[in-house]
Amino acid sequence: MALRVLVAVKRVPAVGGKIVVTDDGREVDTRFLGFTMSPHEECALEEAVRLVQTHGGESTVLTLGPPESEEQLRYALSLGIDRAVLLETSGQEAGPRATAAEIAAAIGALEAANGPFGLLLFGNEAPDTGDFQVGIRVAEALGRPCVTGVKHLEVGDDHLVAWRDHGAAQELYRVGLPAVIAVKEGLNLPRYPSLPGRLKAKSKPLDRHPVSPAGDALRTVGLRLPPAEARRTVPLGTGAEAATRVVEVLDELGVLAR
Amino acid sequence: MILCLLEHEAGVPTQVGAEAVGFAGTLAARLGEPLEVVALGPGAEAALVRAPAGDVLHAGLVDLAGYAPRAWAHALADLLDRGGVSAVLAPGSERGNEVMAYLAARRDLPLATNCVSVTPGDPWALTRNRWAGSLFEDAELGGDAPRLLTVTLGATRPGPEPGTAPAGEVRRLPTHADTDDLRVVVGEEVPPSGEGVSLADARVIVSGGRGVGGEEGFGLLEELAGLLGAAVGCSRVVTSEGWRPHRDQVGQTGTRVAPDLYIACGISGAIQHMVGCKSAKKILAINTDPDAPIMAKADYSVVGDLHAVVPAIVEELRRVRAGEGRCPW
Ligand SMILES: Cc1cc2nc3c(=O)[nH]c(=O)nc-3n(C[C@H](O)[C@H](O)[C@H](O)COP(=O)(O)OP(=O)(O)OC[C@H]3O[C@@H](n4cnc5c(N)ncnc54)[C@H](O)[C@@H]3O)c2cc1C
Ligand SMILES: Nc1ncnc2c1ncn2[C@@H]1O[C@H](COP(=O)(O)O)[C@@H](O)[C@H]1O
Repeated sequence: MALRVLVAVKRVPAVGGKIVVTDDGREVDTRFLGFTMSPHEECALEEAVRLVQTHGGESTVLTLGPPESEEQLRYALSLGIDRAVLLETSGQEAGPRATAAEIAAAIGALEAANGPFGLLLFGNEAPDTGDFQVGIRVAEALGRPCVTGVKHLEVGDDHLVAWRDHGAAQELYRVGLPAVIAVKEGLNLPRYPSLPGRLKAKSKPLDRHPVSPAGDALRTVGLRLPPAEARRTVPLGTGAEAATRVVEVLDELGVLAR
Repeated sequence: MILCLLEHEAGVPTQVGAEAVGFAGTLAARLGEPLEVVALGPGAEAALVRAPAGDVLHAGLVDLAGYAPRAWAHALADLLDRGGVSAVLAPGSERGNEVMAYLAARRDLPLATNCVSVTPGDPWALTRNRWAGSLFEDAELGGDAPRLLTVTLGATRPGPEPGTAPAGEVRRLPTHADTDDLRVVVGEEVPPSGEGVSLADARVIVSGGRGVGGEEGFGLLEELAGLLGAAVGCSRVVTSEGWRPHRDQVGQTGTRVAPDLYIACGISGAIQHMVGCKSAKKILAINTDPDAPIMAKADYSVVGDLHAVVPAIVEELRRVRAGEGRCPW
C-alpha cells in the first residue's frame, strides 16, 4: 500500500564549543556557525525516504520559519524527500502552541488537495527550545494517535508498531494508521546527501505559504548563559609520559579498586 | 490550589518526580495555596505514601494495566474541572512532558517545559532550559489559570523525606478514560538484556570522539575500559560515522551519564556533548589540541595523541597491577 509521509523539521542555530548570545539577549549568535536541524529530525527524514522506497507513495518535508529555512528544506530534498512546504514567517519566533496550530492547518490543506498522509513524523523535541509538544499538539488537533520517543518503527498496511526506551527496558506501542510519531536519534543511521541528490534537490517542488503565527501567553523575555560550572583544570602532562600521573590520579579518585 | 503529578516506577517515586513535588510544594507555600499530589497507574498509592508532601493525595487509574499518556492527561483534566487550580506541575521527564503536552493540547493552554525556576506574579516569571540546559530562557507566562509547567531535573531538592511531612488523605480518582485515550498504551515491556556495564550505571566511562579515527581505534578504549571495569561511550560524530551504535552516544540526543570519572578521548567538547557528561564527578580529557573547548571544561587534561596516551595508561596500569602485593589496591 502506497504511503504518504510528512516530516516536520525546524531550522535551529548550529552551536559548537560554546553558545554566544547576541548583545540584545534575544537570540543565539549565528554569525560563525550558521544553522542546522535536530539529529532526531534527520532520522525522521531518513525513515521517510526508506518507507517510501519500501511501500511506494510520496514524502513531504515541512517547516515553519523565516524565508532562509529553504536551506533546511533543500537539505531534506537532497536526501531523497520528494517535495517541500515552507510556512513562511517574517522571522519572529513562534511558540510551540502557535507552531502546532499552523502546522495542523497546513496539513489539513495539503490533505484536502492531495490526499491523506498515513504518517506524520516529528522530532521528539526541538534542540533549541526543547518544548516536547508540537507533535502531540498536531496529533490532537487532527485526532490521530501519537507515540513519542520512538527509536524503532515498523509500518504495516493499516497499523504500525513503535518501540521506545523506558529506562533500560523497551516499550512497544501498536497503533492504527494514520498516526503521528515523534522520533529520536538512533532510529536509523541517516545517509549524507550525495552529489546527484544535491543537484536534484534544486529542481524539486518547494511551495511557500505566508503565515503569521498567533502570539501566546507564554512569551520569551531573553536568553542568558547559566552560571558557569566551577571546574578548575589540572594539567597532567603531555603525551605518553603523562601516563604515570594519570594512573596516580585514577588511584586518588578511587577508581582502581576492583 | 497547585496540582502536581508524582512520577513513580511501580510505586517508587523517581528522582525528578520527587523533585517536582518539592518544587510544587515551594510554589504552593509561596502562593498560600494547598498542594494536591496525583499519582497514576499501577503502584500509585504506594508512591503517594512514599512521597507524602501534599495536603490531598490522589491515586488514580489503579486498575489500568500500564502507561497511557492521553488517559493520564484526561485524569488531570478531570481534576481541573473542579475549578480553583492555579497551576499544574509535572517532572520534565519523558512521561511528565508527554502527559502535560496532552493536557495542554486538550485545554489549548500554553505549556512551559523544563523550568528551572518560577516566580508567581502578574504575569508569572519563569526560567526554563534551552539546548538541554546549556542556555537559559527567561519567559513570562500570562493568561488565565491554570498554568502548566514541567520542572527540570536538578531545579530543586526533592520533597520531604517519607515520614517527615504530614501525609494527606489518599483519595481514589474515578477513571474516565475513553476509547481515544486508550489508543496509545504500552502494549508490551521488553526487559533490558543485562549484558555488560550500561552507560547509565557505570562508575567509570571511557569515551571516544572523532579523534579515535575509526571503528578499530575503539579497541584501545575497550582495553582501558576492561581494566577499569568501565563502560565505553562516544560522541555523535562516532555514531553518525557508524563506528559505534547509537546507544553508546553521550549527549543531548544520546544518554545523560553521571559516573565518578568520565575519560574523554579525542572529543572536542561541543555543548551538546557536555550536557550529557557534565554530571560526572570528574572529567579527564585527552586531546592533541590544548585549546579544544573540553580542555577548559575538564578537571584533568592530557595534551597528546590518544593513540599514544591511552596505550601508555594501559601499560602503566598493568605494570602497577603486576606489583599488586605492594600496592594499596
Ligand atoms: C541538536 C544537536 C544535538 C547533538 N547531540 C549530540 C550528542 O548527543 N552527543 C554528541 O557528542 N554530539 C552531539 N551533537 C554534535 C556536536 O555538536 C559535535 O558535532 C560533536 O559532539 C563533535 O564530536 P567530536 O568531539 O567527536 O568531534 P570533533 O568536534 O571533530 O572533535 C574531535 C576532537 O578530537 C581531537 N583529536 C583529533 N585527533 C586526535 C588524536 N589523535 N588524539 C587526541 N585527540 C585528537 C581534536 O583536537 C578535536 O578536539 C549534536 C549536535 C546538534 C546540532
Ligand atoms: N517551526 C517548526 N517547523 C516545523 N516543525 C517544527 C517546528 N517547531 C517544532 N517542529 C517539530 O516538532 C518537533 C518537536 O518540537 P518541540 O515541541 O518544539 O520541542 C520538532 O523536532 C519538529 O519536528
